[in-house]
Amino acid sequence: MELLTINNVWMMICTALVFFMHLGFGFLEAGLTRQKNTLNILFKNIFIITVGLLLYCLIGFNLMYPGEFNGFLGFAGFGLDAPLNAEGSLDLAYNEGYTYWTDFLFQGMFAATAATIVSGAVAERIKITSFMIFVVIYVGLIYPIAGSWKWGGGFLQTLDTPFYDFAGSTLVHSVGGWAALVAVWLLGSRIGKFKEGKAQAIPGHNIPLATGGVLILWLGWFGFNGGSVLSADPTLTSLTLVTTCLAAAAGGVGAFILSTILYKNLDLTMFLNGILGGLVGITAGADQMSPTDAILIGGIAGILIVLAVSFIDRIKLDDPVGAIAVHLICGIWGTLAVGIFGALASGAQFLSQLIGVVSYASICIISTFVILFTLKKTIGIRVSEREELEGLDGYEHGMDAYPDFRMNEH
Amino acid sequence: MKKIEAIIRKSKYRDVKQALYDAGISFFSYWDVTGKGNEKEGHVYRGVTYSTSDIQRRILSIVVNDEFEEATIQAILNSAATGEVGDGKIFVSDIQECYRIRTGEKGGETLK
Repeated sequence: MELLTINNVWMMICTALVFFMHLGFGFLEAGLTRQKNTLNILFKNIFIITVGLLLYCLIGFNLMYPGEFNGFLGFAGFGLDAPLNAEGSLDLAYNEGYTYWTDFLFQGMFAATAATIVSGAVAERIKITSFMIFVVIYVGLIYPIAGSWKWGGGFLQTLDTPFYDFAGSTLVHSVGGWAALVAVWLLGSRIGKFKEGKAQAIPGHNIPLATGGVLILWLGWFGFNGGSVLSADPTLTSLTLVTTCLAAAAGGVGAFILSTILYKNLDLTMFLNGILGGLVGITAGADQMSPTDAILIGGIAGILIVLAVSFIDRIKLDDPVGAIAVHLICGIWGTLAVGIFGALASGAQFLSQLIGVVSYASICIISTFVILFTLKKTIGIRVSEREELEGLDGYEHGMDAYPDFRMNEH
Repeated sequence: MKKIEAIIRKSKYRDVKQALYDAGISFFSYWDVTGKGNEKEGHVYRGVTYSTSDIQRRILSIVVNDEFEEATIQAILNSAATGEVGDGKIFVSDIQECYRIRTGEKGGETLK
């Protein structure tokens, strides 16, 4: 009983930290885009956390954790249904690490994250109504169904060598990243991003805000990974926080060094993306790695970030905040790294990791394409040229993020 | 009476202001402007170089009596130059008349 109390307190702290990540995402995305679209970006993020949580309560939680099911799709019914004991109060035998309520809220905070990743990639040009429809379907149905394949005990969990994803390099970050990739491709680039085939810089308007966002996300990751131990187990939680922070630091330093060598300038935004890449990279195996493994995984993630950002520019995809590089590329890397580094490393594990990556790629690419292509052919997914040039804040919302402060319109 | 308008680097403002004081010019107006010029500053954002040809500068507007014209111009020339492209320009024009609002008097006296 006392152990459950301690475990449950830790899990609620982690839940709060994961909630706080939504502020981090909001700050990062707003900071790396132009001021005329700030209100629009924040609106999307607020929509995701509120509607996402309600949807997770209504259907998501029971889609993701359906109990016994066929391994691909199961549903335990609408709404929350707390288990009761013989006296009619909450059954604390539910789990030794947390109560039913904590379980729901912790997982609910995760659910919204996947859609937030998409929000940054499609920033400054997507039609808000289409985005909201996409979020409702993606967070309400796709994320929990995909999640059930592994965390709900589905077919990836019952492989001979089970697919391993500790806190969601694939289940959360790649799920958002694949959707971001397809969405960016269907949407097209922002006006002015490519001139005569060459990528142009569209600098973000508030780098201090983006920096605060990244540090908040790092803090949130204490809960994201620390809570994914699913108890306050002293060995695992403390190791997980160490690997998480070392990977973040190594990711930042890796990206900083490579971008400095390649581009001869000290680019803070690459440094920041590198930190996030390291965090996403370690997430799949944060409890399985030694500190050295964590530094290697993070450092490689940081290098991948710099290469991926320029590669994505080269193939003419416009990702204003680097979400595809951070969440998709580093998510895949972190997932595969479980088969290469740490306690689980083996050929069979690597193969299972690969099966996991391909499975999630399939459901995410297909579902995002179907949803957004349908929207594109019906109500449209992109704002008008005039609206894009003058700012989404004024047209989609009829408001300004900074009413007293207008300068440097790009 | 002459109006001397000088576009200078913001980083040179302190030096120019001091040189003007030393030349006996103690009042003028100034404002910050953005303009286009020959200078090209290459900045890099996430691996992409972009030219910042929209340049931030400061304009000083100084109205003086004719005998101060040369001293004012020399003060600015000597204090605002770095030798690099982008040091700015000085424009000199005639001023027809000048009034002091407090008393209504006019002419060169009002600039003293």
